[in-house]
Amino acid sequence: MKLKYFSAPYLVWMVVFIVVPLLMIAYFAFTNDDGGLTIKHISDVGQYANIFVRSIWLSLVATAICLVVAYPVSFILSRMEKHKQGTMLMIVMLPMWMNFLLRTYAWMTLLGNNGIINHLFGLVGMGPFKLINTSGAVVLGMVYNYLPFMILPLYSVMEKIDKSLFEAASDLGCSSGKTLLRVVIPLSMPGITSGITMVFVPAISTFIISRMLGGGSNLLIGDLIEMQFLGNAYNPHLGAAISLVLMVIILVIMTVMNQFDPDDQVLM
Amino acid sequence: MENIVSLKNIVVEFEDSERILKNISLDIKDKEFVTFLGPSGCGKTTTLRIIAGFLEPTSGDVYFDGKRINGLPPHKRNVNTVFQRYALFPHLNVYENIAFGLRVNNVPEKEIVSRVGQMLEMVNLMGFEKRSVNRLSGGQQQRVAIARALVNRPKVLLLDEPLGALDLKLRKEMQIELRKIQQELELTFVYVTHDQEEALTMSDSIVVMNNGNIQQIGSPTDIYNEPVNAFVADFIGESNIVNGCMPQDCVVEFTGRRFECVDKGFSPNETVDVVIRPEDVKVIPADKAKLTGIVESVVFKGVHYEMIVDGVDHKWVIHSTKAEPVGSMIGMTFDPFDIHIMKKTEEA
Repeated sequence: MKLKYFSAPYLVWMVVFIVVPLLMIAYFAFTNDDGGLTIKHISDVGQYANIFVRSIWLSLVATAICLVVAYPVSFILSRMEKHKQGTMLMIVMLPMWMNFLLRTYAWMTLLGNNGIINHLFGLVGMGPFKLINTSGAVVLGMVYNYLPFMILPLYSVMEKIDKSLFEAASDLGCSSGKTLLRVVIPLSMPGITSGITMVFVPAISTFIISRMLGGGSNLLIGDLIEMQFLGNAYNPHLGAAISLVLMVIILVIMTVMNQFDPDDQVLM
Repeated sequence: MENIVSLKNIVVEFEDSERILKNISLDIKDKEFVTFLGPSGCGKTTTLRIIAGFLEPTSGDVYFDGKRINGLPPHKRNVNTVFQRYALFPHLNVYENIAFGLRVNNVPEKEIVSRVGQMLEMVNLMGFEKRSVNRLSGGQQQRVAIARALVNRPKVLLLDEPLGALDLKLRKEMQIELRKIQQELELTFVYVTHDQEEALTMSDSIVVMNNGNIQQIGSPTDIYNEPVNAFVADFIGESNIVNGCMPQDCVVEFTGRRFECVDKGFSPNETVDVVIRPEDVKVIPADKAKLTGIVESVVFKGVHYEMIVDGVDHKWVIHSTKAEPVGSMIGMTFDPFDIHIMKKTEEA
């Protein structure tokens, strides 16, 4: 098949912009300023264990909330009449048309100590509450920004489930709850795993959300890496080492996820 | 025999007030093989879905085993369905598909093993337990669907055109097999099809439907030999249907000629449908016949020849073991009891 030559541009792209940079990160992580091999930076990553734990925890929480919120939405969406599905999908996608920074910035003004939400609480004699600069605000930012990435893969898998399977389940003795457990969830497993991947990976490496909504006390791995390259702590070797460790962590978590998917369709 | 399912004055209207079923009443006897037969859109599948519980009638009552079951959800009804396109669970293998209903109802594992084993044996799928249902042929999927429904020992099995996707030879085999299963297990089967031959082969009783109405209920022989109207006659086997009138009892006039018949009780000169089966048209020499025609075409059909004969006002379909040359003039005659007279139906 001559067709495979058409993939050449992508192959070149992948080598130049993905494989080579990855090798460069690995190189930086294992060398010092003189170019000599060292594992000092990798072992230094251990000092930041608390940030790693916080990042993993917050992104897991955000992913779980996304799944719980997106699952019923996607199911209802997939069972609507075809022409309504298009409109509803557009509404789901609508926030994504707005710039990511702007969206997050909007949350800053909403959640601020003198922001709209606290103002409304003030009207009924409550608050002000500390909303901004909390880990909760970071999770909220993640859920808000990444929710569509959970809905879309779930919807596209659920939409393909034949309606007659629900009737068959009901016919064979399943109440709605049992149909959900025995038919809908197993059949939407590929959507669940790819949705989790598509939310968890960007969430664990984000730095803007935690910067804007988390204040100084909720540093995530992304912030840490950014500081090593662009901030005062300038140390690209450490930055590369942290990135490498993060990559390994994501890889391990995704491999574990793969075990739940019978068809190995998880995006990696 | 007792009635296992009864429908009383069932009406189904969809949102746009289109009437899918127009006042249907029907009794299905226990251990009977009943077939709903009719063209697509006649309401036969809708009737089946009402018995299964997937659809609630707009008005009318559904009785099961003497109890009114309107509003009872499908999973609480003692019926199981074999779906038109099988609706097997793609994430489960053959064994788990068949075991599905038992697992849902928390049947002990030991009993599941033996009951699924029996079913696999009955539908000839031993050795396929671990096979993915996506890797089965149409006929095998069909068997899994039947086993999956029957393993729950329903009182009534509903089958929605289950053989439609199979090729002719397989379909004939499955027809015989289904009939055998029904008789061995002594179950009530309610079978939906648009294939009249299928209905005649398998059924104890046939319900002919059209336009949301029941046209006729009867045994296959009754339906074939004594159709109540032109629609049934036309739908069940081929028929010659011509307009006629009844000048007096036992005399019918059509295509300008009078013939002796056995029907009485029509008002004088009432217009009627005259139905004559193609195999009941007798070919005789033209000079001895009241009715003549010119042979237009002859097609060999295996057991018989099918001839189209252009007579006065009507093209006659004739089935005969002897072919007449195309273009020749032949005579046609009928035995009085082969001429079926039917009242005109309002909806044509």
